[in-house]
Amino acid sequence: MTIELVIFWVLAIVAVGTSLAMIAGKRPVHCAVIFLGTLGSLAGLFLLLIAQFVAILQVIIYAGAILVLFLFVIMLLHAHSGEGPGEKIRFQRPLALALSLALLVGMSLVFWQSGFGEAPPAPPEGMGTAEAVGNALFERFILPFEVASVLLLAGILGAVVLSKKERG
Amino acid sequence: METPPLWAVLVLHALKGLVILVALLTAFAYMTWLERRLVSRFQVRIGPNRVGPFGLLQPAADGIKLFFKEDFMPAGADRVLYLLAPAISMITAFVAFSVVPFGPPDIKLFGVPLFQMANPNAGILFILAVSSIGVYGIILGGWASNSKYPLLGALRSSAQLISYELGVGLAIVSVILWAGTLELPKIVEQQTGTWFGFFPRWNIFILPVGPVAFLLLLLGATAEINRAPFDLPEAEHELTAGYQTEYGGMRFAAFYAAEYVNMITASALSVALFLGGWDGPFVEQVPLLGVLWFLVKVFAFVFFFIWVRATLPRVRYDQLMDLGWKLLLPLALLNLAVTSVMVLLWRELGGG
Amino acid sequence: MTIPISYYLVLSGVLFAIGTLGVLARRNALIVFMSIELMLNAVNLAFVSFARLWADMAGQVMVFFVLVVAAAEVVVGLAIIVNIFRTKETVDLDDIDLLRG
Repeated sequence: MTIELVIFWVLAIVAVGTSLAMIAGKRPVHCAVIFLGTLGSLAGLFLLLIAQFVAILQVIIYAGAILVLFLFVIMLLHAHSGEGPGEKIRFQRPLALALSLALLVGMSLVFWQSGFGEAPPAPPEGMGTAEAVGNALFERFILPFEVASVLLLAGILGAVVLSKKERG
Repeated sequence: METPPLWAVLVLHALKGLVILVALLTAFAYMTWLERRLVSRFQVRIGPNRVGPFGLLQPAADGIKLFFKEDFMPAGADRVLYLLAPAISMITAFVAFSVVPFGPPDIKLFGVPLFQMANPNAGILFILAVSSIGVYGIILGGWASNSKYPLLGALRSSAQLISYELGVGLAIVSVILWAGTLELPKIVEQQTGTWFGFFPRWNIFILPVGPVAFLLLLLGATAEINRAPFDLPEAEHELTAGYQTEYGGMRFAAFYAAEYVNMITASALSVALFLGGWDGPFVEQVPLLGVLWFLVKVFAFVFFFIWVRATLPRVRYDQLMDLGWKLLLPLALLNLAVTSVMVLLWRELGGG
Repeated sequence: MTIPISYYLVLSGVLFAIGTLGVLARRNALIVFMSIELMLNAVNLAFVSFARLWADMAGQVMVFFVLVVAAAEVVVGLAIIVNIFRTKETVDLDDIDLLRG
């Protein structure tokens, strides 16, 4: 076992454990805090995959903005469990478990058979830095980048319209 | 030159971390003293003067007092989060400082630069990332206390921190554009030297964008570290003590320490980005002097923050949000646009 | 030794499946929403591993776009949840059945 592999396993176990705890959590606040752990371990995995810039983006945007927004709304709503007693759809939990297990088996089969088993080649110089991401983003992906800005604008407008109080 | 043994490097790193930690804690303790003395001066009072000469032992007395306070937990509090929140605040505050370079990187012992804890190649982004985690300390502390005032304080602070993060980020981006690097020591090194032989090449003097970006960073940082006049999350008139109302003893001290260490980090970051870091007279002859210059500049910032607190009244919450979204953000965007045009023109004209 | 990419891919598959489970099994709108975020994150992990495999920055740029989509989605989604809570006083998805005949 190399150090890299040990780190991978630790992060992977943390990621799976926290995400399981997240979907099983009772109170949304706890779920959000536990999800913070998932995001952190994913950032660590990104570092292992030589994607430093993406890892930091992940922390700044996901942990620093998106999840804070979640917490903000949770506190605003004061929602404790938010789930009424009794299930309206019969066998919801077992069915959900069966379906997601089926999905997992399917995906794992594809991933194992696709032959990505061997170790990847050595990364090129300067991979994953802000410079590399920036060059790719503003040269090869300039059109999607502009479209993304339109999407963000749409998001802002949507939020403003939705949170505006009805007049009259 | 032979490479130093691994254990020596590791021990050196650990020692360096320890020294920085102790120094920060001492600085925190004496900043509380300094703040109380200075604010008293501004208000024509005397301030703490009983414990030791000039009240110099007051921080120690406060520390002992806080240490022996009852360790309580409010009824109905969320146990885990209540305990976690001050820890998050304090840890992120100290971790954020670890990438601040407070002296020239050439001064090395066994190949370890002495005046910076770590130098990741995205140093500034690291500070932003860590400080964005620091928000959780405040929000969770306010939520977990199961009390009205802390919750309101936490809601206010999360909105405030998210809003002002944008302005700060954009101000920093304009510096990054000038420097072309994310590494703090390199950004500082680019500011050494002079224009026309006497004028320091600090980023704040890059007209017209430098002063604007500096001002944006200063305003944004004041809001980010919850200092007056933007200390609404803990506005004592409306919210008693905001998110830390239900905290006492050492946990309260942890929040307090985080606040002051954040103040130091914000000052140090502003100094490194805009005021030439360790640059100053005679640094080239005596590199060690750089540390002194850096500390002097940081102290000036700290003094400024205290001065502002003693002078300005607290703004109203809607004024705060208006300032952030309607003035700071557009100005920061405009500033960024002008900076990018200037950088492009500079390249076209063959500048370096 | 570097770690085979398939490890990362399987991990991302596991996380994605957990996210699906959360979406299907939970009824609290906020937790369902967080599970969707988890699925997006699992996809991000897959993108970054493919970027590593082919030494191509495109995979990492895709993460950037996923982040943009996630941010926009969260803003609108949370606004909708807050609105529903204002009118129905609940975030239980099963109680939101106004359109049921």
